[in-house]
Amino acid sequence: MNDKLYRIILFVAALTIPIVCGGVVYALITDAYDAFEHFGFFRFLTSSEWSYTEGAEQYGALPFITGTLLTTLLALLFCIPFSMPVAFFVGEYFKGSRIASVLSTVTDLLAGIPSVIYGLWGFYTLRPIIIALDISSQGSGILTASLVLAIMIVPYAASLSAEFIKMVPNDLKESAYSLGATRAEVVRKIIFPVAGSGIFSSYILAIGRALGETMTVTMLIGNTNNIPTSITSTGNSMASIIANQFGEADGLRLSSLIAIGLILFLITAVINMIGKMMIKRARIS
Amino acid sequence: MLWTICIFATLTAVPLFAILGEVLLRGYNQLSWSFFTEPTPTAYKAMKAIEAGERIPGGIANGIVGTMIILSMAVVVAVPLGILCGTFLAENSKKRFAKVVSYLTDLVQGIPSVIIGIITYIWVVVPMRGYSAIAGSVALCIMMLPLIIRSTEETLKILPVSLKEAGLALGGNKARVMLKVQLPAAFGGIFTGVLLAISRVIGETAPLMFTALGCSFIRWSITKPISAVPLLIWEFFNDPNLQELVWGASLFLLIFVLSLNLLAKYLAKKWNQ
Amino acid sequence: MESVTPILEFKKTCVSYTKQTMAVKYVSAAIERNTITAIMGPSGCGKSTLLRAVNLMHSLYPNIRVDGEILLNGENILSMEPIEVRRRVGMVFQRPAPFPTMSIYDNVLAGFALNGIHLSKSKKDEIVESNLRNVALWNEVKDVLNKKGTFLSGGQQQRLCVARALAMNPDIMLMDEPTSALDPIATKRIEELLLELQKKVTILVVTHNMGQAKRISSRSMFMYLGELIEYGDTETMFSNPEHERTKAYLIGKIG
Repeated sequence: MNDKLYRIILFVAALTIPIVCGGVVYALITDAYDAFEHFGFFRFLTSSEWSYTEGAEQYGALPFITGTLLTTLLALLFCIPFSMPVAFFVGEYFKGSRIASVLSTVTDLLAGIPSVIYGLWGFYTLRPIIIALDISSQGSGILTASLVLAIMIVPYAASLSAEFIKMVPNDLKESAYSLGATRAEVVRKIIFPVAGSGIFSSYILAIGRALGETMTVTMLIGNTNNIPTSITSTGNSMASIIANQFGEADGLRLSSLIAIGLILFLITAVINMIGKMMIKRARIS
Repeated sequence: MLWTICIFATLTAVPLFAILGEVLLRGYNQLSWSFFTEPTPTAYKAMKAIEAGERIPGGIANGIVGTMIILSMAVVVAVPLGILCGTFLAENSKKRFAKVVSYLTDLVQGIPSVIIGIITYIWVVVPMRGYSAIAGSVALCIMMLPLIIRSTEETLKILPVSLKEAGLALGGNKARVMLKVQLPAAFGGIFTGVLLAISRVIGETAPLMFTALGCSFIRWSITKPISAVPLLIWEFFNDPNLQELVWGASLFLLIFVLSLNLLAKYLAKKWNQ
Repeated sequence: MESVTPILEFKKTCVSYTKQTMAVKYVSAAIERNTITAIMGPSGCGKSTLLRAVNLMHSLYPNIRVDGEILLNGENILSMEPIEVRRRVGMVFQRPAPFPTMSIYDNVLAGFALNGIHLSKSKKDEIVESNLRNVALWNEVKDVLNKKGTFLSGGQQQRLCVARALAMNPDIMLMDEPTSALDPIATKRIEELLLELQKKVTILVVTHNMGQAKRISSRSMFMYLGELIEYGDTETMFSNPEHERTKAYLIGKIG
């Protein structure tokens, strides 16, 4: 094995990633083109029609974009009150202890549960509870989907935030304590500001994760093609409409679904890129 | 303040045990030898069994075989490719091309699984004019690649420089030093990365829905549609006659995935001393 | 008098990290065979940089430039292939670096594996035993040759690294502060080892420990801020240094 061959092999292997990316973008754009051309780019984004009557097909992405954004936002809201405490528990209050590592492991296991099983649990356990509590009559909908989605993103937000909280230098904290600060004050005035951008970026990444989640949302969101009017309405997300209809779609409908896929890809890519950039910056400082 | 934190932190553990408990309770009595060795029953058979008040016959053998086939094909490609690419990134971290590849690796890691399914449909299913295990494994391979690349790159970067220098000082060329000194030393981190990548994709349904499609009997051919355990769970969920089977399949999948996760964590800790 | 080619000769050697700063400035010196030559000087004087230029370690880092000549047995290594040079020059680093995934046996033979040289089992056994004996490690490890080298003490690991480098039969051995990570007892044993080894191979040692230089070397180089200030017999240099700077260093005024 000489060095020249070695470098060539490594280089060729590295080419896989740009090729995959190129393939993704190329395929999405070319196959979504029909839909965009037919309906017009902005009309497609803002229309809420979805009917497949022959000859008068009308497709629009708005209900699904709203569905995705709404479920993601709600999931974020629901996850913060749980992921923050876990992050501080593991990263500060019980840092390095046995119980912190147990909690860490438990949280990581939560991340490992397949999404289809989350969907099952949401459907067979959470749904009846929501019906019983009289929150909604069919149990499925934006709220149910967001609740389970929130549980799914807690591990991502918590473990990454914990990492930044741990990185706050000890001497900063010790100086504050020696000036008479209480634990809560140190958390608020030292840890939060210093780890703040890192914590924020971990939530951006959690959002990125939630945006693309498919199975759980498909099983819990109710699968109706309308713009949700309240958090208990049913609806569809970009991922769930694709999951539901891609199998039997063709022609213009297929192209519309791929167009929705392109939109989802772009939104997720942008959010993830912002998140990763912020994390890099937060790690360096 | 401390109490609030403790309470909410512990509450976060609840869903794990709730889900595990529920799947365990509802699924354990379905597990039997025949459950793992027989394929899914037809809707008719299931309906008859329900009417007669009996246990539904059959099992998830087609899913287990399918998952094994798809997964092994994906692993056989993703692991060497991922390790080579990760090595490239570790060796060339200052060059611009490597920075671009690194950036794009993060991008691929963030692509929603359903989009990967669409892409694989366009690039593999359409040209092959049909669903297949090959298509399914391509989708899973793409999902595994970024994880393996990252863990290889990061483990290599953490190795002490003295190892590489000692190898080079003995007259080794870069290839030999990497193959005989650096990669063996990085083995632990790479292996756990592979385990985690496997546990991540083994439970994925969306990328297989439009690629492997599913199959109701045990199939060994890789150019035809094939089943997989998560696909079965989805099928059972949607079929009113087969819904009972959902829990046994989920229990199997859940235990497998969680064990892989715990194993990876344990090995990572053990090898990190 | 018969003129013998010095085993190693620096001719106006310069090493620079950036266009403006030179870490080593116009060093010229001839190293004699079968001696221990110490390179001393305060931190940042360029001694490690000079040493690492001898086995072309700097070729790993594209921004480092070496000018002038470094002659190994008369040949200028700066125009040779790094791999060529490194087969003839052995190096031992500050931190003992036995390869963690290889057994002690394989560690000694690592140089051959890394050069793609295949040996018969009997030849391998022979090389392992003789080199481990040369570093006084054979009796301590002969029953555990299959174990990985990481369980050995720091001093033993370093002796293993010396054996590994010696196995390649180098013309010259470079040692970059080989004992600064070791306790005094291990240090003493390595120093005794080096004194023995010099009969077989020329040794160039970088050390920040003046006592060590005095104890083991017959010739010494004193460097300061990249320049070679003084080079001569160790005894003479210590008792009667020629230059002010050398004197200042030796009595502790600088460093």
